[in-house]
Amino acid sequence: MHEIIAKQGLSPNVTRLDVKAPRLAKIRQAGQFVIVHRAEGAERIPLTIADADPEKGTIALVIQAVGKSTRDLVAMEPGEFITGIAGPLGKPTELIEKGRALCVGGGVGTAVVHPIAQGLHRQGVSVHSIIGGRSKEWVIFEQELRQLGEVTVCTDDGSHGRKGFVTEAAKELLSAGGIDIVYAVGPVPMMRAVVNLTRPMGVHTIVSLNPVMVDGTGMCGGCRVTVDNQTFFACVDGPEFDGHLVDFEGLMDRLGTYREFEQRATHACESGQCKVGLH
Amino acid sequence: MKIDRQKMSEQDPLQRSTNFGEVNLGLQEKVALLEAERCLQCRDPKCVSGCPVMVNIPQFLELLSEGNLAAAAQSLLNDNALPSVTGRVCPQETQCEIECIRGNKGLPVAVGYLERFVGDWARGNREQVPMQVAAPTGRKVAVAGAGPGGLTAAGELARRGHDVTIFEALHKPGGVLVYGIPEFRLPKAIVEDEVARLQQAGVKIVCNTVIGRTYTIQELREQFDAVFIANGAGLPVFMNVPGENFKGVYSANEYLTRVNLMSAYQFPQADTPVLVGRRVATVGGGNVAMDAARTAKRIGAEASIIVYRRTRKEMPARAEEIHHAEQEGIDFEFLVAPVEVIGDEKRWVTGLKCVRMQLGAPDASGRARPEIIPGSEFVIPCDVVVVSIGTRANPLLTATCPEMKLNKWGNIVVDENGMTNLPGVFAGGDIVRGAATVILAMGDGKRAAAAMDEYLKTAPPLGSQTV
Ligand SMILES: Cc1cc2nc3c(=O)[nH]c(=O)nc-3n(C[C@H](O)[C@H](O)[C@H](O)COP(=O)(O)OP(=O)(O)OC[C@H]3O[C@@H](n4cnc5c(N)ncnc54)[C@H](O)[C@@H]3O)c2cc1C
Ligand SMILES: Cc1cc2nc3c(=O)[nH]c(=O)nc-3n(C[C@H](O)[C@H](O)[C@H](O)COP(=O)(O)OP(=O)(O)OC[C@H]3O[C@@H](n4cnc5c(N)ncnc54)[C@H](O)[C@@H]3O)c2cc1C
Ligand code: SF4
Ligand code: SF4
Ligand code: FES
Repeated sequence: MHEIIAKQGLSPNVTRLDVKAPRLAKIRQAGQFVIVHRAEGAERIPLTIADADPEKGTIALVIQAVGKSTRDLVAMEPGEFITGIAGPLGKPTELIEKGRALCVGGGVGTAVVHPIAQGLHRQGVSVHSIIGGRSKEWVIFEQELRQLGEVTVCTDDGSHGRKGFVTEAAKELLSAGGIDIVYAVGPVPMMRAVVNLTRPMGVHTIVSLNPVMVDGTGMCGGCRVTVDNQTFFACVDGPEFDGHLVDFEGLMDRLGTYREFEQRATHACESGQCKVGLH
Repeated sequence: MKIDRQKMSEQDPLQRSTNFGEVNLGLQEKVALLEAERCLQCRDPKCVSGCPVMVNIPQFLELLSEGNLAAAAQSLLNDNALPSVTGRVCPQETQCEIECIRGNKGLPVAVGYLERFVGDWARGNREQVPMQVAAPTGRKVAVAGAGPGGLTAAGELARRGHDVTIFEALHKPGGVLVYGIPEFRLPKAIVEDEVARLQQAGVKIVCNTVIGRTYTIQELREQFDAVFIANGAGLPVFMNVPGENFKGVYSANEYLTRVNLMSAYQFPQADTPVLVGRRVATVGGGNVAMDAARTAKRIGAEASIIVYRRTRKEMPARAEEIHHAEQEGIDFEFLVAPVEVIGDEKRWVTGLKCVRMQLGAPDASGRARPEIIPGSEFVIPCDVVVVSIGTRANPLLTATCPEMKLNKWGNIVVDENGMTNLPGVFAGGDIVRGAATVILAMGDGKRAAAAMDEYLKTAPPLGSQTV
């Protein structure tokens, strides 16, 4: 049982929950995630450990409410308990030892980039982050990332930072040279665009994949992704891979497996039929 | 008086293929006593040597036939911690029952049914068969994995007075018994009962804890006097054919986990979905394949087809499961091997392209080797494919313990006591044997627990160990 200690809305559909998990807070590394099982009967869903406070024994989950399970989670309040959190899962991020890194975060992916930037900063790597959102209120983790290095903010409507996509800003920065590695996390189209940008430049690019998961321990094979024409289980071999080798079409396609179900679940939720529902 | 082998009453096949209620309904006490009387009480009971854990079969059957259920249960439980489970899932026809002398003329004693009967009686009458727990020894033992291997070892260690903690990766203990084997063969309540019994005996169960990630084996060695690893063989093998990542292709583990552990069949009451499929093709011929194919029918498939590259005779599944599957209207395509998954333009599965096989010369395992018949390609139309061709050792735990000795398949190597090359670290079940059986995992758990008990008598106190 994991108590929710704090809750904060970060953007119109992204919520941060700080959850009691002392062991995880102590040993988590950049790039690792947990499987959250909110309650009996709930789905098991993977969420990145966006931050941790080993002193307080809490980890931060930053959740974009997209469907039933994420909505049920963000409907929880401080003082309530999440039944199970398993982790830290996945391989820790491959952090460079020195040099300059570019971290690109789109939407909730910015929260996934944050621990990577933290890790790099700790190693003494110079970090430049480019983060984006639709408009001002959709930009998250800007303050946290500013503490770790330079930050460029991009919004689609120009209401904050520069107007345009993160890829445009990334292109400029990369063209100027001096970037040793890129870490990109966000929606699949964004990661694919970044990878297409860095490929001709030959800049090593790491992406974090988000296939559907069940157990998170390598037992089901549901999270399989194709990288370099080979099958990998993202929960044990990933979730981070060399972006230049990832089959994004395949990932995108498999992510659509349950679309019809998701709509039904969300509908049941909205019409008040579901067991737990939105309170 | 000649008594014939008693029959197990079953749920009607048509009716049961639409529900998850248990197929076998159990024996009435009268019937069980009658069947037990069929045992000839052999002086040299062959049945016992057929059982991997040497259950004293004539003893518990004699007590049963006398109507002394408490004593029968005690006798059985001394040899086998989970009789309600093994009575349901053991391949009796190739173990205890095949050796039964009664089988030479007529049918063997129904050891499995009777084991189930006595096990179930014991579950309902716990106070008459209490677990005797020795005085605390002050020794702490960790168990990784709450499958049949881990649960058995934990029980045996707790009985000997050790302080046992089981760490389980999933949110529920039971291993394959809860995520793999479906309700209609093994009701979850049985596993829950067994777990509760262990907890009453003082065993602590910590779920959502992945050894190798949450704690390493090294950390467990620092905090516990001994460790038993029973994390199973949960790494699904895929066919490696084109189209295997189309939407609608599942490993049997994923398919069964969604339906059993996550109750997807109750969607949207339960949150986890599963693709039901109008026509489901399951590739493989083991218990796992039978479970997947029978599950498909139960959650609503119109047709559920088993695709197996040898013949019925070579199928490794329990005879009873094959028989039940046939009764339930599962179709079988024998001597057929898949070569490709076919999909539509949106990459949804539409069929399984296969070739026909013929049996050639025997292979290393002595089974006839299937060979492709040239030009025999055909397509089985289907919208879900369940791949059930086996599992390998899950590397997650062992990868974080490089000093532990593994064989070339990644299984942990142990000595005759079940100890790994690391002093005080024992292992058993599927992670040692490769995908095997429930009773073998339990046997390993029991043997290792005895060896661990011996080890703990002389082991250095906690904190003084070196690597
Ligand atoms: C390693 C990893 C880390 C992640 N980290 C975060 C994070 O920090 N914050 C965050 O908001 N999201 C994260 N996600 C995505 C998150 O798990 C999904 O958004 C969530 O499971 C959706 O569940 P739902 O029921 O709310 O939505 P649904 O309506 O069920 O689905 C919406 C979409 O989410 C995806 N999805 C559905 N079920 C799963 C599942 N069991 N596992 C993975 N994806 C699924 C599908 O693409 C689906 O189309 C991560 C995913 C992975 C694999
Ligand atoms: C669908 C199916 C049907 C079967 N039918 C039969 C049958 O009819 N008869 C029969 O005898 N056998 C059957 N088997 C085989 C039998 O179930 C296994 O041989 C047996 O369960 C092995 O027991 P185990 O304790 O070694 O491992 P498992 O039962 O696999 O349990 C291992 C446990 O360890 C946990 N775990 C894994 N990794 C970690 C980790 N890193 N840290 C902590 N915990 C971890 C797992 O979540 C799991 O709970 C079947 C198997 C399947 C899949
Ligand atoms: S444990 Fe299995 S093999 Fe042994 S007697 Fe019981 S049913 Fe037979
Ligand atoms: S071999 Fe058959 S008849 Fe003989 S003791 Fe065993 S069960 Fe009884
Ligand atoms: S989530 Fe099941 S194997 Fe990765």
